This record gives sequence, C-alpha cells and structure tokens, in this order.
Amino acid sequence: MKRFIGFIKKEFYHIFRDRRSLFILFGMPIAQIMLFGFAITNEINNVDIAVLDHSKDATTKEIINKISASKYFSINQFIDKESDIETIFKKGKVKAVLNFEKDFSKNLIKDHNAKIQIVTDATDPNTANTISNYVNAILIQYQKELNKNITISYQIVPRTRMVYNPELKSVYMFVPGVMTIILMLVSAMMTSISITREKELGTMEILLVSPIKPIQVIVGKVFPYIFLSIINAIVIVLLSIFIFKMPVQGSLFLLGMESVLFIITALALGILISTISATQQTAMMISLIGLMLPVILLSGFIFPISSMPLPLQMISNIIPAKWFIIIIKGIMLKGVGMQFIWKETLILLGMTIFFIGLSVKKYKIRLE
Amino acid sequence: MKNNKVIQVEGLTKIFGDFAAVNAITFEVNKGEIFGFLGANGAGKTTAMKMLIGISTPTSGKANVAGFDVHKHAEDIKKNIGYMSQKFALYDDLTVKENITFFGGIYGLSRKRIKEKSAVLIEELGLEKVANKLVGALPLGWKQKLSFSVALLHEPKIVFLDEPTGGVDPITRRQFWEMIYKAASEGTTVFVTTHYMDEAEYCDRVSIMVNGKIEALDTPKRLKEKFKVDHMNDVFLKLARG
Repeated sequence: MKRFIGFIKKEFYHIFRDRRSLFILFGMPIAQIMLFGFAITNEINNVDIAVLDHSKDATTKEIINKISASKYFSINQFIDKESDIETIFKKGKVKAVLNFEKDFSKNLIKDHNAKIQIVTDATDPNTANTISNYVNAILIQYQKELNKNITISYQIVPRTRMVYNPELKSVYMFVPGVMTIILMLVSAMMTSISITREKELGTMEILLVSPIKPIQVIVGKVFPYIFLSIINAIVIVLLSIFIFKMPVQGSLFLLGMESVLFIITALALGILISTISATQQTAMMISLIGLMLPVILLSGFIFPISSMPLPLQMISNIIPAKWFIIIIKGIMLKGVGMQFIWKETLILLGMTIFFIGLSVKKYKIRLE
Repeated sequence: MKNNKVIQVEGLTKIFGDFAAVNAITFEVNKGEIFGFLGANGAGKTTAMKMLIGISTPTSGKANVAGFDVHKHAEDIKKNIGYMSQKFALYDDLTVKENITFFGGIYGLSRKRIKEKSAVLIEELGLEKVANKLVGALPLGWKQKLSFSVALLHEPKIVFLDEPTGGVDPITRRQFWEMIYKAASEGTTVFVTTHYMDEAEYCDRVSIMVNGKIEALDTPKRLKEKFKVDHMNDVFLKLARG
C-alpha cells in the first residue's frame, strides 16, 4: 500500500508539472463548455433579411413590421428587383429575402390568396431551414389574427409542446455531449499518453524489474485520472447549472455513479491504447482519431443517430459514448431513474469489463 | 557449491518463432564479481539479461539468480537485484530527492531508511546543490551516476547494468567504473553488458556472446593469451568474425 501511495504521489507530480496536461485537464473542459454553450448554437437571433416588396401596401407593411419586431430577424435592407437577390446573397450578410408579389393586399381580399416567396441562403442548410420555419410561423400567426372573426367549420389546430427543453436551448444538448467528450479525452487520452511516456523514457522497464506489480503500476497510473475526471465532471455540471441554467432533473447521485462508470470505460480504453502503441505520439493519434471522432460524429451528440444510414447506425452501437449520452440526457433532462436506463448502464458495464479483460490480456502478451 | 555462486545458468534458451535469440547458454557468476557480458548488437545479450531479471520467461533451460529460480520465483529475484538501463531512466520532471524517494518507495524501504540513504547518496555524489532541482536539468554524466546509485538503493545482491556508459565522456566513464569497483568491493555482484572493449578489461571475467551462444568465457588476461592478442578488442573481433 505504501508503495502504491508513493506511486500516486509521483503521478500527481507528473501532472502538475506539465503545463500541457494541466491545460488539457482543466483549461479544455471549461473552454469547451463555454464555446459550446455560448458560441455554437442552433438557435437563430437577429438574422439579417432583405425585403423585395412589389406591392408596398398596408398588408405587406404590416407583415414586415411583424417580422422585424420579432427577436429572430432584423430587416437589413429593401431591394427593388429580383436580380438583386443573388447579388445580396453573394455579399453574404443577408441570409433570407422575402419576396411579396404585386398587388398583395388586393389579391388577398379579392381571391383570398396572396403569395409571398421566402428565399434563403442554403449554404448553411440548418440555418436556412430554421429561418424558413420561423418566417412561416410568423405568417401563420398573422393569418390567424386576420381570421379572428371568421369561424371555419373544420379546422385542425396543432398545439406543439416541446417537453424537457421548452425553450429549445442548444446548450441542453451540448452539455451532455461535451461532458462525454471531456471525460473520454481526459480519461482515455491522458492515461494512454502517460503510460506510453513511461515506455518511451524506459522507466516502465525499471518499474517492471522492481518488485512493484504490473497491476499496481497500471492502477497507480490510472487512479489520479479517475480523481481528476470526477472533478471535471463536477465542474461541468456546476457550470451548466449556474451559468447556463440547465436543470438537473434526476438524481445527482445516479449521475455521479454513471459518470464514474463511463470514466472507467474510458480508462480501460486508454490502457488498451497504451498496450498497442509504443510512443506518446501514436497513443495521442489513436486516441484522437479512434476515440474523439466517433464520440463527436457517431454518438448522437451532434448528428441524430436515427437519421444515419443503417451501417453507421450499427457502428454507433459499439461506441460507449452513445450509451453514456443517452444515460446522462435521461438523468439531466428527463429526470429518469435507473428503471429507464438500466439497459444502457448494463451495456456500458459490459463494454468496460470487455476492455479491461482485453487490455489485461494484451498487457501480459507484451510482457513476454 | 551454492553460496558462492549468485547466478547459475544452465542451457538457458529463448526462442522467438523459429529464431533462437539465446541458444542454450551456460555460465556462473561468483559473489562480488564484476562480470562483463559482451556481444555485438543483436547477439542476444539483452534478451539473456531480461530472462535473468525476471521480465522475460525462458523457453527452456535453468537459471538461478540470487538464490531463486527464474521460472518459479521471479518476484523474489526482483527484490534482490538492482537494474540500470541504457537510458539511465529516472523521471526528468521529478527532483533528485523525489526520484530517490520514489524508487526507494517502490522497493519497500521505510521512510526513515529512505531519508538516511538519500542524505548519504546525495553527499557521496556531491549533489547537495541540485538535490531539489529537476533531474531533467542535470548533465548526462550526473544522471548516470544517480541512476546507478538509485539501482543500489535497496542494497541488492546483484546489480544488472545494461550498457551503462553509452554516450558519456571518457572521464565520466572512468569515474563511473570507480563506483562499480566500490560497489563490488562492498560485496555487490555486478553484471554488466557493454560494447566498449576497454571496459571489458576492467571486468573480473567476461563472456562473449555471438549469435545467441557464449563463445568465450574467462578473465580478460587469459582470453588475450588464448587468442594471442594484446587487446580485448582483437579477441572480440576474432570471435565475432568467426
């Protein structure tokens, strides 16, 4: 035991004396959560739009006012002819143009049918989609006001309610994802680098010749990162609660336990990577490409798994992060308990045991 | 026969695939002896040494190190030997004192013992001024001496040195050999691999490995007589060229 404590003390010296690891450990989680929380967002705010109004009557004026009054849009400029639309998009600032047909008011009254064209700059498809949805919503609202006094005999009125995230804040989606990335990065990449570093320096050999057991070496190397990862998870949860006002609906204890499980999964992966790579560089590349990319792309963090092609959906099942994201989204946003996430937890547990088993086996082979 | 022989090897073999890296070597090392283990790169000396220090399992053959069998009691061997690799592996981001404390700790020395030992060691090496400096800042020669002292910290019966003088200047090499002599005079057996033939002359006995086999084993003096040459270098060349 005394040997073990000495070993852990040494690990902490390594971590605290290396600025690079300190930055990855503590700078990155905070920077990432801030970036994802503030800068990267799916919501639209004050998008610049232009108006091409061929009729310039009372109705079009009213609609334009409604649109510019909303917080989503600001009218950047008025244009006079169709050919200006392309020029204006090429400049890049304006993201959408509203094109009112000639005699808008008159058509509306006479034919009960007036046309408006929404042209959006779809170089960014998500934003274009959101803009067109928002403009539609404003128009529907306006139409309702017009028909206030008329009763239509048959009418289907959908009432949409967005549960768990009524304001559709992107940060609710990013916090679980960022937490997953950070825990994966810190646990897997940092441990694999720290173990391969001993190999590279030749100190691993010295440790193996000493009476300290290989298992003690590995646990000793991994232990500080379990501790630091837990601190990181706590920091991320606190940031999301106090800065982004994201509620944690479920049990904090359960969240903690699930996080510890995922940390151990990631550490097991880190050990596995260290057994197959001889240098720190290799370990880092494998961690980044082999772990980070799948976590970002295939875990359902940013891109919904259900809209992926079938082969990718199948691959996503073997990515531990996918299951962890389901678990923490459940706990944080829906407030679910173990009865709803036992299956995911079990899968994660199984993966962890598998990775630990595999790395123990690899480690033994390497010793030969 | 036992007590005086700290290493007894008989027919020790290591086979990788169909290549015999170490091919049935047999030798003995006496207590307090400086035993030179020579051979060209790839001759199998590192593989042989790895089997003796318990980090590689022999394919066949017998070996007894510090009174323990390599097959059955590798863990006991580890407690009784010291090892210094060609990389002088210490932790660069730990201070001299922290390195000593750490390595003392993993060999199970008590805190008090570590304190006493490190005070003596730092004084002997003249490292008082840099005791609290990071090892990374020390010149190579100092690292090498410190590394050797650390390998001796737990007073092992045998110390294994894997090409301990690679890359250091002749004066430091000379000083290093004085440390080896001192350790040997205090009863520690020194098992050293090297490819500097002038260093071979400093050993009590040397063995020369060629292609996984020990081709010669005797005192440097007798080897030179046998091959009728003036320098160990020529002995080596004659053997290596077959």
